[in-house]
Amino acid sequence: MSAPQTTTDAEVGALGTDGPPPRRGLRAADASHARDYSPGFFVKLALMAVVDALGVYVVWSAWTAGSYGILAATLAMLVVANWVYFSKRALPLKYILPGLLFLLVYQIFVVGYTGYVAFTNYGTGHNSTKEQAVSALLIQNERRVEGSPSSTLTVVEDGDALGFAVVTEDGDVEAGTADRPLAVVDGATVTDGRAVEIPGFTVLPRDQVLQRQAEVTELRVPVSDDPEDGSIRTTDARTGYVYTSALEWDAAADTMTDTTTGTVYTPNDEGQFEAPDGSTLAVGWRVPVGFDNFVTAFSDARYAQPFVKILVWTFVFAVGSVVTTFLLGLFLAIVFNDTRMRGRKVYRTLMILPYAIPGFLAALLWSGLLNTRFGFVNEVILGGAHIPWLTDPWLAKLSVLGVNLWLGFPYMFLICTGALQSLPGDVMEAAKIDGAGRWRTWRAITLPLLLIATAPLLISSFAFNFNNFTLIYMLTGGGPRFADASVPLGHTDILISMVYSISGVDGSAQKDFGLASALSIVIFVIVGTISAIAFRSTRKFEEIS
Amino acid sequence: MRRSILLAAALTTTLALAACSSGGSGDETTDEPSAEDTSAAGSLTVWVDETRQDAVTAAAESFETETGTSVEVVLKNFEDIRADFLAQVPTGEGPDITVGAHDWLGELTTNGVVAPLELGDKAAEFEDVSIEAFTQDGQVYGLPYAIENIALIRNTLLAETAPATWDEAVAAGQAAGTQFPILVQSDGDKGDPYTHYPFQTSFGAPVFTQNEDGSYSSELAMGGPEGQAFAQWLGAQGAAGVLSQDTTYDIAVEAFKNGQSPFIVGGPWMIDSFEGMDLSIDPIPTAGGQPAQPFVGVQGFYLSAESKNAIVANDFLVNFLSTEEAQLALYQAGNRPPALTSAADAASAGDPIVAGFRAVGAEAVPMPSIPEMASVWSFWGVTEAAIVSGADPVPTWDKMIADIQGAMGS
Repeated sequence: MSAPQTTTDAEVGALGTDGPPPRRGLRAADASHARDYSPGFFVKLALMAVVDALGVYVVWSAWTAGSYGILAATLAMLVVANWVYFSKRALPLKYILPGLLFLLVYQIFVVGYTGYVAFTNYGTGHNSTKEQAVSALLIQNERRVEGSPSSTLTVVEDGDALGFAVVTEDGDVEAGTADRPLAVVDGATVTDGRAVEIPGFTVLPRDQVLQRQAEVTELRVPVSDDPEDGSIRTTDARTGYVYTSALEWDAAADTMTDTTTGTVYTPNDEGQFEAPDGSTLAVGWRVPVGFDNFVTAFSDARYAQPFVKILVWTFVFAVGSVVTTFLLGLFLAIVFNDTRMRGRKVYRTLMILPYAIPGFLAALLWSGLLNTRFGFVNEVILGGAHIPWLTDPWLAKLSVLGVNLWLGFPYMFLICTGALQSLPGDVMEAAKIDGAGRWRTWRAITLPLLLIATAPLLISSFAFNFNNFTLIYMLTGGGPRFADASVPLGHTDILISMVYSISGVDGSAQKDFGLASALSIVIFVIVGTISAIAFRSTRKFEEIS
Repeated sequence: MRRSILLAAALTTTLALAACSSGGSGDETTDEPSAEDTSAAGSLTVWVDETRQDAVTAAAESFETETGTSVEVVLKNFEDIRADFLAQVPTGEGPDITVGAHDWLGELTTNGVVAPLELGDKAAEFEDVSIEAFTQDGQVYGLPYAIENIALIRNTLLAETAPATWDEAVAAGQAAGTQFPILVQSDGDKGDPYTHYPFQTSFGAPVFTQNEDGSYSSELAMGGPEGQAFAQWLGAQGAAGVLSQDTTYDIAVEAFKNGQSPFIVGGPWMIDSFEGMDLSIDPIPTAGGQPAQPFVGVQGFYLSAESKNAIVANDFLVNFLSTEEAQLALYQAGNRPPALTSAADAASAGDPIVAGFRAVGAEAVPMPSIPEMASVWSFWGVTEAAIVSGADPVPTWDKMIADIQGAMGS
C-alpha cells in the first residue's frame, strides 16, 4: 500500500489547524519531538500520516457499510493516537499505546462481547432483532390462494402511489394500488401478454422498479373489497400471485393475530410471540435474559454427572500433558546436552520433527494410525491385534495423552535445551568442589535454575492444553461416548469441547451461543485463577537466583 | 476555505486508498452499495463454494448481459456458509443469494433469515422430491438444483446380478471370495447413520413420521418393535463381522477400488475414485423386507430475507438458474443429478451411473430439515456404532430414543 502524496499534504494541513504553529527559536532542554522539526519529527509525521490514512479509510468504509460501532471505535482510537504522538505530555503512552490498542481490540473487546452474549439468549430461534422476526413471520405465513392463477404483472404508478396492473385469464387488464382494489381498466394496451399502457396509470420503467425494489416487493394490492379474497403480490416484478396472510401484525398493540383461528400472540420475556395457551411462534428475537444461561449451565441434571467427570479429566489431561512432555523433553535435552555425544545436531534436528507437523494434521494422522482393525499400529507394529485404542474409555484417554506427548515434547526439549545451555558453569563447579554428587547437583541446582526459566512457559502450556480443542476434536471427537449419560458427551471430552457440543455449534444440537458464552466465561475464570495462583507461586524460585 | 480544502484532500486520499486496496479475501463482507453507486439495474451478491463457482459465474454473466444487473459471485467454504449466513443476514451485510443444502432449512426459517420463493408453475418442472425437500408449511424456500443420494455400487466383474436382499448380497460377496462381502462405511465410534439409514427404513423405522405433503413432523418413529428389530439386525451383522465401525469412508473406498468387495453402499461423490472400473448402480438391498429408502439430500439456492435486491434476486433464481442450461452446467461442475426434470433426463441419457442413482433417488425420502434433527444426529450414529461393536441392541436402542426425546424436549 503506497501512501499517495496527497496524504502528507492533508496531514500537514491538518496539523496547521490542530495546534498553534510550532515555535521557532531556541530549543528548550525538555522539548519533545512534537515541538521541533528534527528529522525524527518528519519520520514520525510520515508514520502517523500512514496510520491516519488507514484509519480514515476504515472510518469511511465503516460509514458506507453502516457499521457505526466500528466507526466510533476507530475514530476514538485515531484521536487518541494523534493526541499521544503530537502532544508534549504522555511520554509513557508513546511507548505502550500500540500494545494497549491491540489489547483492547483483540482481548478486552472479545472478552467483553462474549460476556455480553452470555447474558442474552442468542441462538437458534433468537438470531436477530424483533423487527426482523416480525417481518420473517409475516412473509413465512403468507399463503398462495390454492388454484389461483399466476398472471403477468406490470408495476404502475398512480400519482405517487405504486400499483400493479395484471392481465386476467380473459385478457382484461385490471389495475389497482394498495388502497384501491383491482378493477378492470378499459382501453389498456396489451403486448406479448403484458399490459404496456394503462389509462390513468403510468407504467414504471424497469430501472425505476429496481430502484424501488423494497417498495415493490412489499406492495399488496387487494383483489377486491373483501380482504378474505387476498391480495396480489410479486417477487420478480414480472408475475403476480394472489396471496392471503395467515398472520397480521398490529404495531400499535404490539401483537400478532392469527387470522384463521383468531389467536392473539403477545411478546413474552423470552423474545418470542406467545399465545394465551403458551404456544409460541417459531421465529423469535434476541433479548437479555440475565443469569439464565449460568443457571442452566449448573442446574441441568442431565449435565451434572458428565460435567464433574469432564472437569476432572480436563485437569488430568492438562496437567498430565505438561508433566509428561516436560519430563521427556527435559530428559532428552539433558542427554543431548552431553558434549561426549556424537552427531548431536542431527539428533536435535530429528527431535524437532513432530513439532514441525501441524497439530491438525498430526491428530488426524494418529486417529488413522490407531484405528482398531486397520490402523498401522495394530496391524503392523502389533501384528494384527485388535486393540481399541480410541474406542475404549481408558485406552482412549491414554492415546490422547500419548499423542499429545508426541506433539508436545519437542517444544519442551527446545526450551530445556536453551535453559540448560544458559546455566552458569561456576555454580556447577562450586557444587562439584563442595562434594555434591550428580543427583544432588541436579536436584539442588540444575532443576531450580531450570524452573525459573521454564515455569512461565509451563503455565502457558497448561493453559493451552486446558483448551486444546484441536487435538480432542481431530483425534477422538470426545469419544467414546458416556454409556450412562443422556447427553452427547464422551470420555475424552474436555471442557472446551463440551462447550462446543452443548452449544450446538457442531450441529449436534440446536445452537445456543448464549449458553456457550456463559460456559466460556466459566472456563476463562478457571484458567485465569489457576494461572494467577501458579504465577504467584513461581516467585519462590526467584529467591534462588 | 481551508476546511474545504482539507475535506477535499481527505476525500481524495480515501478514494485513492480505496482504489489501491483491492477486495481482499473472500470472507470479507462486501460493502453494501450505497445509494449513489447502485447502477440503475441493481446489483446482486451470491455466495458459492468452489465446486459451483464456475457454473454460477456463467449463469451470472448471461444474467448480466441480459438485464444489466451486476452480479458479484463470492467464493466461500461450503462448511462456513451456513453459520455465516445466519450471522450476517441480520446485520444487512449478508448475500442476496447463497448456495446451500436443504437440511439447513429448519434452522434458517426458525431464525428468519430466508425468504420464500414463488416458483409458480415452474415448480412442476422439477423433480417432486427436490421441491418437497425445500418445502415447509406449504412454502418453497429454495431453488433446488441437484439431488444426491446413496445407492448400491456394484463391481460387475465380481457380482453379475444385483442382490435383492441383504442376505443375498452377503452370500454373493462371500461367494466372490473377497475380503469384504459388502462395504458399508462407518466412522469409528461416531458411526454413520446416513449410510445405514436405508437398512433402517427397510425395517419400517423411519426417523420421524412423515406428514401427507412429505414434510416431517417432530414425532420420532424409530422406536417400538421396528426400531428394535433393526437394532437386533445391526448387532447380528456386527457379531458376524459383516458390519464394522472400523470401516471408515477412506478404507471402504480403497477396498472397493482394489476389488476387495463386490458391493459398496455409497454416493456419486465416490465415482471419481473408481475410474476405469465396470460399475452398475443398483437399489440398496432390503434387510428387513420393506423397501430400503436412502436419504435424499437436495442442494439449492436460498434467498436472504433481508435482501435489498429481492426482485433481481428472484429474477435470477426463478428465471436464470432454473433453465436447463444452468442446471446442466451445475451438474457438470458437481456431478450430482440435476433437480430440473428435463436437465436430469439429459444428464442421465448419456450416463448409466447418473441414471442409476436417479432411479434409486426416485424411491428415496428427503432428509429431515426440521431443527429437531440436530438432536437426533448426536445420538444416532454413536448408538449404531455401539450396537455394531457389541452393545446389547434393544436396551441401547431404547435408551437412544429416550435420550433424543429428552434432548428435543429441553
